[in-house]
Amino acid sequence: MSFINYSSREINCKIVYYGPGLCGKTTNLQHIYNKTNPDVKGKMISLATETERTLFFDFLPLALGEIRGFKTRFHLYTVPGQVFYDASRKLILKGVDGVVFVADSQIERMEANVESLDNLKVNLLEQGYELEKIPYVVQYNKRDLPNAAPLEEMKRLLNATNVPEFEACATTGKGVFETLKAVAKGVLSDLKKMGS
Amino acid sequence: MLESQLVMREDDFTRIQTVIERLTRDANAKGIYIVDKAGQLIAEAGEMQGIDSTSLASLTAGCIAATGGLAKIVGEEEFPIHFHQGQRDNLHITLVGERMILVVVFDERSSLGLVRLRVKKAGAELARIFEDVKKKSEADAAASGSPFAEITDDDIDNLFSD
Ligand SMILES: Nc1nc2c(ncn2[C@@H]2O[C@H](COP(=O)(O)OP(=O)(O)OP(=O)(O)O)[C@@H](O)[C@H]2O)c(=O)[nH]1
Ligand SMILES: [Mg+2]
Repeated sequence: MSFINYSSREINCKIVYYGPGLCGKTTNLQHIYNKTNPDVKGKMISLATETERTLFFDFLPLALGEIRGFKTRFHLYTVPGQVFYDASRKLILKGVDGVVFVADSQIERMEANVESLDNLKVNLLEQGYELEKIPYVVQYNKRDLPNAAPLEEMKRLLNATNVPEFEACATTGKGVFETLKAVAKGVLSDLKKMGS
Repeated sequence: MLESQLVMREDDFTRIQTVIERLTRDANAKGIYIVDKAGQLIAEAGEMQGIDSTSLASLTAGCIAATGGLAKIVGEEEFPIHFHQGQRDNLHITLVGERMILVVVFDERSSLGLVRLRVKKAGAELARIFEDVKKKSEADAAASGSPFAEITDDDIDNLFSD
């Protein structure tokens, strides 16, 4: 749910990074956090287990700049990817304005990717959202690994509707900002279309 | 999401601010925060200037979401009141209307009883205001389209120009 405040002249939007366990969602946010100026970002919060698996969510607030006199603020969240945290994933999707699906390129994670994408669709529908109708981009992460699946194969399985897609290596940061920009752009374009 | 977009006009924001500033005084609170269930800070008042209210908002929403999930599991609709007791400061959290959360931070200058009492009245008032805001948001969207219809692709690109 975007929140537009005329009094403080701010637009607030919520972006959720979704994907299977260990695909690199948290690493995406960490890279964004490490590479943005202190005046642009707030504190990054990670509610994680002792082994650094996301337990509930990561949260990173970003202020991107002004549009027509309104400050644009993006709140980035990641979900916990492990299958049994489904209840938490549903909660985090509440009020979402845009989604990044982070896929793990490793060939043996393909089934987990497909399952997670299905899970995303089901959980969105439960809240009355259709994935096709919200700003949405796909990131093929871990392209650096030798066991990465061919891109064509991943597109076929994970991007049937041909939304913007990006190859990435979240540990080095390759593709991370491109992905963020694309989803942010989608969210803002949606704001523009809204009600018209 | 068209159906859930919230547009806050200046006059409504002022009404909300007036209520929570009064609540700060009436309840002897240190700080008051209004957060929406998606984790965005809507308004704040009190003496706790400079604390990380963005994080506070996100964590409050997470906390309410998690306990809301727990409520459903045990067969409750929701747990409408939450109280966290600390060494010095305490948190009193209540749901306001359908999608707002009211957080009151207080210390020994106040008491749970007083906060409860004052929150009851202010909460009802806030719920009415948010009902108004929601109606206006919907009417605006239907009547005049997006307040950002004028945004151009260039405006969006410029955000990312650096
Ligand atoms: N080689 C390689 N490793 C990566 C890449 N991105 C993330 N990793 C590693 O993968 C592991 C898991 O990354 P996380 O970001 O914690 O994964 P996650 O998606 O948040 O996982 P959950 O919180 O369990 O859902 C970490 O050890 C990362 O360093 C990448 O592009 N290439
Ligand atoms: Mg994680």
